[in-house]
Amino acid sequence: MSDFNTSLNYEEEREEERTEREERFYLASQSQLIWWKFRRHRLAMIALPLLIFLYLLAIFADFFVPYNPETRFPAYLNAPPTKIHFFSKEGGFHRPFIYNLKRELNPNSFQLTFTEDHTKRYPIRFFIKGESYKLLGIFPTNVHLFGTEEAPIFLFGTDKLGRCLFSRTVYGARISLSIGLVGVFLSFILGVILGGISGYFGGTVDEIIQRTIDFLISIPGIPLWMALSASLPRDWSVVKTYFAITIILSLVGWCGLARVVRGKLLALREEDFVMAARLVGASEWRIITRHLLPSFASHLIVSITLSIPSMILGETALSFLGLGMRPPAISWGVLLQDAQQVIVVAQRPWQLMPAFFVIITVLLFNFLGDGLRDAVDPYAR
Amino acid sequence: MLYYIIRRIIIIIPLLLILSIVSFIIIQLPPGSFLDTYVSTLKLSGTEVSDAEIARLVKLYDLDKPLYVQYFTWIKNIVLYGDFGRSFQWNRPVSQLIGERIGLTMLISILTIFFTWVIAVPIGIYSALHQYSIFDYIFTFLGFIGLALPSFLVALLVVWGAFSTFGISVTGLFSAKFINAPWSWAKVIDMLKHIWVPMVIIGISGTAGLIRTMRANLLDELRKQYVITARAKGLPERRLIFKYPVRIAVNPLVSTIGWMLPGVVGGEVIVSIVLNIPTTGPLLYGALQSQDMYLAGSFIMILSTLTVIGTLISDILLAWLDPRVRYGGMRE
Repeated sequence: MSDFNTSLNYEEEREEERTEREERFYLASQSQLIWWKFRRHRLAMIALPLLIFLYLLAIFADFFVPYNPETRFPAYLNAPPTKIHFFSKEGGFHRPFIYNLKRELNPNSFQLTFTEDHTKRYPIRFFIKGESYKLLGIFPTNVHLFGTEEAPIFLFGTDKLGRCLFSRTVYGARISLSIGLVGVFLSFILGVILGGISGYFGGTVDEIIQRTIDFLISIPGIPLWMALSASLPRDWSVVKTYFAITIILSLVGWCGLARVVRGKLLALREEDFVMAARLVGASEWRIITRHLLPSFASHLIVSITLSIPSMILGETALSFLGLGMRPPAISWGVLLQDAQQVIVVAQRPWQLMPAFFVIITVLLFNFLGDGLRDAVDPYAR
Repeated sequence: MLYYIIRRIIIIIPLLLILSIVSFIIIQLPPGSFLDTYVSTLKLSGTEVSDAEIARLVKLYDLDKPLYVQYFTWIKNIVLYGDFGRSFQWNRPVSQLIGERIGLTMLISILTIFFTWVIAVPIGIYSALHQYSIFDYIFTFLGFIGLALPSFLVALLVVWGAFSTFGISVTGLFSAKFINAPWSWAKVIDMLKHIWVPMVIIGISGTAGLIRTMRANLLDELRKQYVITARAKGLPERRLIFKYPVRIAVNPLVSTIGWMLPGVVGGEVIVSIVLNIPTTGPLLYGALQSQDMYLAGSFIMILSTLTVIGTLISDILLAWLDPRVRYGGMRE
């Protein structure tokens, strides 16, 4: 008898617990539900903080890098990445330090090679004073996250002009990472407006916009991008080229967004709540902005996240070919121009470091988009 | 069916018209007229151009008339004589230059799509049947990486890897002794030995996307009731899966040719620049760098036209495979 009682109690308790959970579920706002679902996607939960970190790196580039990206070190042309040591040659343990690099002529291959000069240790110092800069373009300071005194430190080696590749890569993130956002913002505006018109009004307008999208999707993007960006005047300033390239990239990018918007609008405008709004006498504009847009905003965010990578890859490919951004602008694609020849890559593989950043960024955006896609439909199982 | 095909062909006519206008705009974009560039390039190379020759070119392309007349002359020359204009960089008709190379681009693109299918469909089926298994996760992860790898970078890495570890060069499409040789059986064999490198590289990102589509399609089908019915009837699992859900799941893939083709052609262009393959890529690249715009514009137009036609063929194939598409088209 008592056995039966306890098990009954147990059942009741579980029932209570479950209803409590269910209640919490039913009472939760949509954004809360999305967050709960999103949290379960492990890769996306890793990707989000890493992406935020990458963007912080780009914004505060001057602080995170030891040198100005244009500073040349004539004694260190094509130097390999500096090795960071913890143990000296004598065997003692020290705080992280580096050795200076000595340039020598290899008697066999007649090539300049670098060897470590073990006579003196140069410790890596944090929050070191170095070249002065303006943080965020406002606050003048000269504190860098890390650096060394005397012997320079090159985490990713140097390029053919003796510039620090690590500093250049971090600076390059500014253009490479922002071009995705700006480009997607442009495609977003185009996509929402044109897709919205197309889906809401239908008829001839819809037909014309749909055929335009069919047309833009059916032509190979890369050759078209190449042709358009090749015809940009060479004497344009960096800022002008930047925006021109962004516009070129978003010319094709808006199509996907417009399709999402149109599809969702077509489905939603038949819903009861739209009819109700119309009966109350709400204007078309109010129905679109207050009732329709919020109901598929989450789907838009997913499409946006998933279209950022193609923008970043597009810019990198164009700049790599020398048709996109050009020096003195620094982007990952521009940095990879130096790695165009196999011979160069074979001798100085560290020139490929920016490529690593491109791949990681695109990967992270894909993970994030995947997680968001699973999360935006919190009611779906 | 015939009605469907005719309807589709009528739709692409305005598409091709817009394409030709876009290409013409691209030709006109760079500052300075074609003729000035042409004459100055020839002078640089030491060839004097007679006034009579200039007058002939002006008349041939109506260069002294307003732009829209130039456009119609350009189109007329293409349609009537197959004359796409002249490349001043090569000093040869554009149609010759393109004709030599477009075939290889198409060949590589088509082979790439087949390769993608051969790899992606079995993996997609496996992933769907063994959802959340170790290999499913591995394939999903590899797929993500495949999507994130820009093809030109893969090409660069492959060339570097082959060069530094094996000391061989994987660039080009022919061995040295065949480059200028006329087409022969031996040359074809030699080409096949090289062609898989660009094929695999271009195919990577498409394969990743296709695996995911195939997996999702098949998962949707597997949840349907007819599968349960068939299983309840005691049909052997293997026959059940391959005879019904797989066949239905493959259908939408035919339509993926439509969206894969532009990507593959674009990928082919950029990969062949890195790998230095004698297809349209390097030629287009060179033309753009020296602003040889008749060549560049015509390239864009021909590549796009062929892509559009390829999409059309895949749509017709799909309609033939799947009656629902056919009748859906009729109702409109």
